Parts: sequence; C-alpha cells; structure tokens
Amino acid sequence: MRLSVRHSTLYQFDAPMRFVTQSHRLTPASNGCQKVIDWQVSAEGAEFGASFVDGAGDLISTMTLQGPVERITVVVEGTVETSSGDGILRGHREIVSPLVYLEATHATQPNRAMLDLRDLAVGGADGPLDRAHRLAGAVADAIAYTPGATTPQTTAAEALELGQGVCQDHAHTLIALAIAAELPARYVTGYLWTEGGGETAEASHAWAEIHVGRLGWIGFDPANRCCPDERYIRLGSGRDAREAAPIRGVSRGGGGEALDVSVVVAQQ
Amino acid sequence: MYDGKQVRPAYRQLVDWVESTSPESLAQKKQEAEALFRRIGITFAVYGEGGDTERLIPFDMMPRVFTEAEWRKLERGVKQRARALNAFLYDVYHRAEIVRAGVVPADLVFRNEAYEPAVVGIEPPGRVYSHIVGIDIVRTGPEDFFVLEDNCRTPSGVSYMLENREIMMRMFPELFRSSRILPVDDYPQRLRRTLASVAPRKCDGEPVSVILSPGSFNSAYYEHSFLADQMGIEIVEGQDLFVQGEFVYMRTTEGPRRVDVIYRRIDDSFLDPLCFRPDSMLGVPGLMNVYRSGGVTICSAPGAGVADDKAIYIYVPDMIRFYLGETPILKNVQTWKCGDPSDRKYVLENLKDLVVKEVHGSGGYGMLVGPKSTKEQIDAYAERIKADPGDFIAQPTLALSTCPTFEDSEGLAPRHVDLRPFCLVGQEVHLCAGGLTRVALKEGSLVVNSSQGGGVKDTWVLAD
Amino acid sequence: MLSRTAENLYWLTRYMERADTMARLLEVGYRMALMPSAGEGYRNEWASLVAAAGSSAGFEAKFGEDFRQRDVETWLFFDRENPSSVVSCIETARQNGRAVRTALTSEMWDALNGAYLDLRDIERRPRSEALLPQLCDWTKRQGSLLRGTTEGTHLQNDGFDFLNLGYYLERGDNTARLLDVKYYVLLPTTSMVGGAVDTYQWSTLLRALSAYRAFHWSYRGDYTPRKVAHFLILNASFPRSLLHCQQQIAAHLGRLAAAYGTRTVAHDRMQVMLGELSEARVEDVIEEGLHEFLSRFIHQNAALGQDVAHSYLFGVQ
Repeated sequence: MRLSVRHSTLYQFDAPMRFVTQSHRLTPASNGCQKVIDWQVSAEGAEFGASFVDGAGDLISTMTLQGPVERITVVVEGTVETSSGDGILRGHREIVSPLVYLEATHATQPNRAMLDLRDLAVGGADGPLDRAHRLAGAVADAIAYTPGATTPQTTAAEALELGQGVCQDHAHTLIALAIAAELPARYVTGYLWTEGGGETAEASHAWAEIHVGRLGWIGFDPANRCCPDERYIRLGSGRDAREAAPIRGVSRGGGGEALDVSVVVAQQ
Repeated sequence: MYDGKQVRPAYRQLVDWVESTSPESLAQKKQEAEALFRRIGITFAVYGEGGDTERLIPFDMMPRVFTEAEWRKLERGVKQRARALNAFLYDVYHRAEIVRAGVVPADLVFRNEAYEPAVVGIEPPGRVYSHIVGIDIVRTGPEDFFVLEDNCRTPSGVSYMLENREIMMRMFPELFRSSRILPVDDYPQRLRRTLASVAPRKCDGEPVSVILSPGSFNSAYYEHSFLADQMGIEIVEGQDLFVQGEFVYMRTTEGPRRVDVIYRRIDDSFLDPLCFRPDSMLGVPGLMNVYRSGGVTICSAPGAGVADDKAIYIYVPDMIRFYLGETPILKNVQTWKCGDPSDRKYVLENLKDLVVKEVHGSGGYGMLVGPKSTKEQIDAYAERIKADPGDFIAQPTLALSTCPTFEDSEGLAPRHVDLRPFCLVGQEVHLCAGGLTRVALKEGSLVVNSSQGGGVKDTWVLAD
Repeated sequence: MLSRTAENLYWLTRYMERADTMARLLEVGYRMALMPSAGEGYRNEWASLVAAAGSSAGFEAKFGEDFRQRDVETWLFFDRENPSSVVSCIETARQNGRAVRTALTSEMWDALNGAYLDLRDIERRPRSEALLPQLCDWTKRQGSLLRGTTEGTHLQNDGFDFLNLGYYLERGDNTARLLDVKYYVLLPTTSMVGGAVDTYQWSTLLRALSAYRAFHWSYRGDYTPRKVAHFLILNASFPRSLLHCQQQIAAHLGRLAAAYGTRTVAHDRMQVMLGELSEARVEDVIEEGLHEFLSRFIHQNAALGQDVAHSYLFGVQ
C-alpha cells in the first residue's frame, strides 16, 4: 500500500518567543514492513541540525528557531510503501536490548488494579505471544475510546481507573500490563490510514509493541483491536509517550502556547 | 601507618618533626590552617541539616604518607581499573559482549536505573565514558589495598587534594624542603589536557572546554569554580548554553562562542529537558542531540553511572580479566548481595559484624555499621533489607589502616583513613600522585564521609 | 566573558548605587521634615520622596495615602516588598555578586557580604535604636567601600567596564530624579523661589548629593535654579552630574568596543546623548523646562540601559 502523509503542527504563542528548540522524531525508518519513498520535515525560518539514528533505530533531529517568533508550523510530508507483516516488526535495525523495556516509567507504572487485570487476562495463556494478545484484548475491553476524557499527562493507572481514554492511554496501559507480565513493551507513534481516508485526524496515532521471544517486537493497537498492518506507518518508539514523542520542545520567552495538529493520511 | 604499635618508616621523619615541635606552636599552626581555609572559602554543604548549610571540613595537619614504591603498585591497580570500567561502559552501550558471555547478568546492566538507553550506540571520542575516575581505597596491610567503591560520574573532592597541599606547603615549607614529595599541582593542567584530548571529531580548532555547574547554590560550587579558575576555562550554567544547528554555544558579551567539551557537574537527568526530565531548569535543551550527533563531548558521558553501581562493583575484577586479560591488582572487598537468598540469609544473621549499604546510595547516607549500632538500629535495618533486598549489599568491616592524626586532648592518635585518588582518562590514562585522604576523626569510627563527621588530610607520595 | 557574568556585575553595581540613592533620598526627607512645612508642596515632603523613588503606588497600596515619616522610612529602607528599598537593593546586589563570586576579588566580596551581614544585625535591633541619619550614613559607606575595593583590586578588563556601566547608568538616573524632586515636586509654585524654604531645600538637596561644599566652591553666592541645574547637569567635574555620568559611560563603552573590536547600538545612542549634553547650555535646559528636560533624560538613559543589555547581557543568539 502506498500511503502519503501530511502532518502539520502549528504552535501559536501568546507572546513572541526569543528562541525555540525542538527535538524531532518525525522520520520513519525503512524496514521489512515499510519503505520510505520520500520524506521531508520543514518549518519556515528554522534551522535543522544535530541529527542521528538512536539505538532503537529512530532518526532524531534538532530544530532551532530564533525569535522573536509568534507562530511556527512544523510540516511533515512524505510517501511510504507499506506491507503487512502480521504485526511483527521485521528487518528493523536497532541495537537496544529489549530488557531495557522492562523498566516502567512514571506513566507506565503498574498498580494493584493492573496486577489483578494481568492475572485475569493471562490465566491459562499458552506462551508469551498468547499472553501478549490477551493483554491487548483486556486493555481494549477495559478502556473505552473516549476523546477528551484524559490528558497527555494521564498515567496508565489513572486511565485504567477511569475506564476511558485515547490511543495514548491504551498504549500506556498495555505497556504497564506487559511489564507486569515480564514482557518487554514500548510505546510506538505513527500514522494510520483509515477507510474513506483523506480525513483530517487531530493527532498522529500511537500503539504498543511487545517483545515476544524469538519473534521479536510485535505491534498491538488496542484502540483498534488489531495488530499493525499495511495501513500503519511506524514513526518511532520509546518507553512511554514522552520518550517516543514525535516533537519535544522548549520555548524561551515566557507566555503560553496553543497547539493545532492536523494529520492527513491518504492512499496513493 | 602503625605497624602493630610501630610507626612505619615513611612516617619517621614526620613524627620526629612533631615531637620536636612544641604543642603550643602546633596548636597555633592548626588555627592558622583553619583560618586559611575559611579565607579561601572552602566550605562543604551538608545535606539534611537545617540552618546554615555551609561549614568547614575539618583539616588534619598530619599528612598521610606513601612511599613511591607503594604508590606505583596502587597506580597500576587504579589505572587498570579505570581502563576496565571504560571498556565495560563502551561494551554495554554497544554489543554487550560481557553480557553475552554470561560474565555479568543482563538484568543488572539493562534494568539498572543508571543505564541510559538514550545513548546506546553512540561513539564518544576515544571511547571514553568516565574521564575522571575516583576510586575509594582502604588499606588493611602493607600490601593489601581494597577498593571500597568506584566513582565514574563526577567524583568530587579534588579541590581538597589541591588546597590541602597548598596549605601544607604554606605552613610547613621546611618539611617540603627536607622530603621529596611528588607534586599534585599539575592536576588542573592534566585535566584540561584530558578534556581537550576528547574533543569531538567535528571540532576543527583549539577545543573550548567549560565546566557546567548547577550554580552557586550547589554544595560543590566551590570546587567547580576552583577548577575552572585553575584550568582557565569558563564555569557555565545551563542558561549560558544554547543549541543551534549542529553545535552548542555559550552566550558571551562578544556573541555566541562554540563549546566543544563540557565537563558537567550535574546529573544525567538534568542535562537536557528534551531528552530527560522535562522540568529541568539546569540543563540545555537539545544538548543530548548535539552530543549524540558528535558535536560536543560530555564528560563524564551520560549513562556512565551504570559502571559504579554497587551491584556492578562485584563484577569489576571479572571485567579486568574479560577486557584486559589481566589479573586484578586491587582487590574488591568481599560483598554479599542481599538480593541473593543465601547471601541475604548470611547478612541478616551477621548484621552486627557487617557494613550494609544501599546499592544506589552514596556519601555514607543510609548505611549501617553493624559493630557501631544498637540492637534497635540493627533490627530496624533488617526490616528495611527484608522489604527491598535487592537495594542492599553488605561487606565485612575491614581492619582499616590508621594514620596519626592530631587529636585535641591527646596529641597524635591513630585514626582510620581511606583514600580517593583521581584517575584521568582521555587519550592517555594518568593518575595524580596523591589524592584525597579522608579520616574518621572520632576514635574507633570507620565512617570517613565529611557528612558524617569525617575530616581530610594531605596525601604525600615520597620520591624514592 | 559570559553574558550572565556581565549581567550580574552590571546589576550588582546598579543595585548598590540605588541603595545609595535611597539613603540620600531619606536624608533629604529627614532634613526637610525638620523645617516648617511648605504647605503648598506635593502634599508633604515624605510623599514627594516616595514619588521621587518611583514607588508611590506600592506605598499607597500598603500604607494608605497618609505619608507618615515612620512608614516612609520603613518603605524606603527596610521593606522587602519594595524592590528599591535599601534592604532589597543590598540583598539583590549580594545575590548578583554571589552568583559570580569568582568574577569578584575577595575584597569586593568582603565589602558586599559585609554589608549584607551588617544589615541582618541592623534588622535584628529594635527599630527605636535605628536612627535614620545613622542608617543613611551606613548605607553610603557600604557603597563607597564596594566602589573603593572595585577601583583598588579589580582587573581593568571588560568586567570592570560592566561594573562601571551599571554604576553610571544608575547614578545618572538617580541624580536626574533627585533634581526633579526639588524642582518639580517640592516646589511647584514660583512664588516661593528665593525664599527661606527654597534656600533650605536647595542646600538639603546638595547635601544629599554630597555636593554642598563643591557647589559653593564652584559657584559661590545664592542658589539659583540656573546654577544648581548647571552644576548637577552640565558640570563635568562634578562626579554625580549627568554629563559626567555620560562621559564615563562613553569611556567604558569605548573600551568595550576596542576590546571586542565592534560597536553596538548602545554606542550610537550614547554618542547622540553625549553630544547633546556636551553642547547644551543651561539656557536650553531652562527653556525646555527642567522637568521636561529631566524626564527626557531619564527616558533616554533607560533606553541606553536597554541597548547595553541587548548588546552584551543577553548573549545575542
């Protein structure tokens, strides 16, 4: 499937900023499931530099912008040829040990309720792959997709208690459960093409990957009750949403900011 | 220094000197020394004490003495250890051969709090991660040196080594005339050269190095500014630096100036809010990206802490054999891991004879010295161990060597000491001929940490 | 040098000089209060002082509209809610100094830290023992001590220039404000000009500027607004005159341009201001109106401070 993406992020500042610094994880890697045809990240007036591929295989690059600046739009445009790999992340070049992903962060810290849910879900499971599938199903059942119920700061424990959330909350909760079941798990960001596509989504998509023995990393998207297939473009990963964030930024100059994200994924 | 009841020959001359000097004039010298320290402004902030946090570390005028032959052995041992620790760090952030070979357990490395996934695969210049290695050593006999712990991040105390020597030279020039004492004052220049030797590949001119400090409210600020002065480099705070394009710059009155090497004295998690703690006000946004893309060198490298963890300590002799193919020169103190059931059983049964430490703690905080503790303290500590066994290790209380120390009522008296020499690792490995000798000023005490009532001494290496 | 270091040096001296001015203002008020009230002045002398210190709104919010001597003393000397009180200024100066401790000589630090430690003692004593004239003298002495140790021990490098830029930008501003108090605020009607009250006020102002004897040496005879204005604005030999301050700023900016090999917007503005002041005659000042002239100066001086900050202290990116 050939997918084209246009992802723009507009920052509107209350007062002009003196300096803006951002770290971007906005470029997908080519691997066994996706081949990048062309890809470009741009922002008017900004300087790009200090880029490298990290241990997990993500291209990271740095953007700086000298003020005074009242608004910036970071635009990502590109085309990717995808194929289905049964959710298995194939041919992805990375060297980080999966064991690293057994350590929970603040957002993915399991609590008592999760341990109970884990026990309920994996009871009688047949091997790690089955355990992973059951955990993903349990998360989809436990958290109803409800935009606006949670914030970017909501932790897995909070989302589970609330029983509502968005893809970030599904992914965090699945990671927490997987870790509690001694399965390495991580947060993945990317784009999802949906039927009747071309529609504007409000954010990029997120799901989780669980490391299952010799199969390696396998994607699980509890929000859509499936594993990533050719409709998905994988952008980058981290132990939680903050680490995996496509854009992390700091603006100097005081005052708040308003954010406007639009994502269009279309089939070519 | 005491050989049984005897003073070792290296101290003979010093003891003669003390005996030929009147107590009054010694007392006066002691006062002078304290006044000098105050004037220079060396104070040490003690954590967890209310009120005024700046106080002086007690300075003892009686130096600790090594012969050059003794020192050479120690030097070989320390350098060997520093090389192995760096080889380990490079390895665990790349292929992790030592884990594959089953020498060090994978969990201990990859699930370690100090292991930093963000720097996996990064090539630091010279493959050096820990540029200043401080190794804490105790001596139990003429030939027996034991390593208590390794400090691979930002070991402090080097300003005391230099200032102690400075004060000794000012106050007792006659001793320096009659004994040939190896100098330590080349340390700042050596450090400067070490930093310059690990400049990033992208640096094309004379490298610019800076010290990155959390600021003047930090307890070690004196040392930061002292070293900056001695090296002739800027001491900067996070707000003085910014990232643009491929590099890091400092804000100066003449405009931006590129920085090539950062000797940081702030913790990993505060370095860069875009990579670590987003609320860090001390760091530099984007710094880690420049570092990872080879635009700047950070000393010590982020993630270096995984090598000085007390749980990893146990494996350092194995690292020496694994990476260097050598026999370890310095010994480890026998260590029981409370996480291991049989070790834990032994530890809980023998708490009154052991020293128990927190795996991730430092500075002598939160440790139990069995022989010095009450039954209640021991019982309370046992509960802590049972609650989180993996967080504790235990070691025997060693028969630490003692060193003559001035004591108010009794003149010279033996007191327990340890030693922290400072090893510089860049293109070359260098050990300064001296170090920080810490002394437990209370009679019989084994705790030398300045936060726990310890003091400091000058450390002499006598030329053969 | 690091921009932050330069910034700390610059504010260190500005705040010390400001503390000095507050003490001088309090001295004026104290002497004025010993005279029968002019009645027609700016409500009363104390109110005019607070106005001159530029903190009327803050004062009124805290103490109301009765400008009682004791409240004004508290506000201008002790009050930490007033960022320009002597206590606030000295504490801020020390904070700036502490942050760049290694850029100061130990003598400078002793002077600064000594002032801070003394201040804590003063605050601990009962207020009844803290006599205003003594407090004012003490404050001025602290300023002189720092000034002296700076002159005597600090390297004459770019740091020295930033210390002095802070001093002279602040001092010019303060002289202008003090002069403005007298002419505009204390005595708005011309009917009293030349009277006993008028003379007393002029002499008080000159004393507060440590200029009483210097004035008589230079001008002799009665006070006239013309003479005093000339003295405080245009007489380059008087170290608190506006012209002298401008010349010093010009000298230090000039040294920076030479050292760094480049001029800045601050140099352009400084040149315009210095040119105007050097050529001005006292008639021009009177013609424009003293208050108008001073207001304009204060505004330009502030803009020059902004230029210095933008050129050197923010670390241009």
